[in-house]
Amino acid sequence: MSKIHIPTPLRQYVGKQSTVDVKAATVGEAITTLVAQHPDLQRHLYTEDGKLRAFVNLYLNDEDIRYLQKEATAVKEGDNISIVPSIAGGAA
Amino acid sequence: MATITTEIPVTLNKDEILRYSRHLIMPEVGMEGQQKLKAARVLCIGAGGLGSPLALYLGAAGVGTLGLVDFDVVDYTNLQRQIIHSTADVGRKKLDSAADKLTAINPFLNIQKFDTRLSSENALELFRDFDIIADGTDNFPTRYLVNDACVLTGKPNVYGSIFRFEGQASVFATKNGPCYRCLYPEPPPPGLVPSCAEGGVLGILPGLVGVMQATEVIKLILGVGDPLIGRLLLIDALGMKFRELKLRKNPDCPVCGTHPTVTKLIDYDQFCGIRGEEQKVEAGAGEMQVEELKRRLDAKEDLYILDVREPHEFQICNIGGNLIPLNDLPKRVNELDSSREIVVHCKMGGRSAKAVEFLRQSGFKKVHNLAGGINAWAERVDPKVPKY
Repeated sequence: MSKIHIPTPLRQYVGKQSTVDVKAATVGEAITTLVAQHPDLQRHLYTEDGKLRAFVNLYLNDEDIRYLQKEATAVKEGDNISIVPSIAGGAA
Repeated sequence: MATITTEIPVTLNKDEILRYSRHLIMPEVGMEGQQKLKAARVLCIGAGGLGSPLALYLGAAGVGTLGLVDFDVVDYTNLQRQIIHSTADVGRKKLDSAADKLTAINPFLNIQKFDTRLSSENALELFRDFDIIADGTDNFPTRYLVNDACVLTGKPNVYGSIFRFEGQASVFATKNGPCYRCLYPEPPPPGLVPSCAEGGVLGILPGLVGVMQATEVIKLILGVGDPLIGRLLLIDALGMKFRELKLRKNPDCPVCGTHPTVTKLIDYDQFCGIRGEEQKVEAGAGEMQVEELKRRLDAKEDLYILDVREPHEFQICNIGGNLIPLNDLPKRVNELDSSREIVVHCKMGGRSAKAVEFLRQSGFKKVHNLAGGINAWAERVDPKVPKY
């Protein structure tokens, strides 16, 4: 199993959980599994043509998967996957 | 490491030496460090949630020149977290309120107030006279603007951002480090990521993150420690967990990469898709004003009021609507009678506009969006209803 860390803005779509455990061989598969379990996440993570949204970054442990093998990056038992969307809040 | 060169030799007088005693006795700061702080010029964008602790600590620490950019006025909803402002400041310009507090803490500061909205027209000129930019803004267009202007002027961007219980901090746009666009090349489409005004924020969170930004600013000035360059710190206040992710400078980054396509400031509202969104809301036919709703309810007309806020918001105040939170609407739409006239409201009109759009697509013909939401109702119809 590997752990997917869900950022606060997206927790409402996964039953308020902060992490979700999934069994997957790659980061892409892990996210697909997550979305299959929680379909409301779909439009927040993917564009209408099925591409991962540009403002959603995926990390395997502390590495950005864009600099690994992207969604094909292999996942090992006990790895941490983080979804890190951009947030803008600050002043108002 | 990014260090700030001291151009003007500065000295500390007796009062300043006493004031900064706890800095001066540490070798990592010392007299030389304190003089660097005094010579430093830091521009804080926004005197709000992040800007409050940031400016207070930088001022107390003796950062000699503090620039503040803000165009806003203090309101009651700010006081839960914007600790540089007090109740008596409600209605005053944030700049004036903040400058008063900073001067009270440290009369040796040179405070420069910029009563303006940061824009593509003024950013480069504003940034030119400062060494470090601290980004405490609250929206995506300004985030990208600050980032690009920092890259173009070569000034480090000390970044902090918050939402609900979560924060991010980093240092962008140093000479060899990544910038905000290396992390997020594109902003989210409008409406997909809620703002703090819609989503809320834990009051202490900007305190935590703003103080981290202040720490990074001080480290950059002193040239000590390991700044958050190439690292993104994630703060989860609920779990009280701090995680760190690696950030890389993207060689294909449109602004700081090897072949940049953004070489001057652009229209950031357009880049973030804001204009289109505004037009869509304006063009939304079937908006109902609160006065009209009041008149029709008083005339006992048959109207079904649908409240699409969350249950905890309903507890704060309600106007007797039927509660179905926006996210539950798709699965509970069969509870609604499409033959009746429906008026949808939320807090300010944003979520209800989405609900109306959804209902229309689902075949509802007689739906209206209550313009301005329950806050407009509280303001213009029933003052007994609290605004929040």
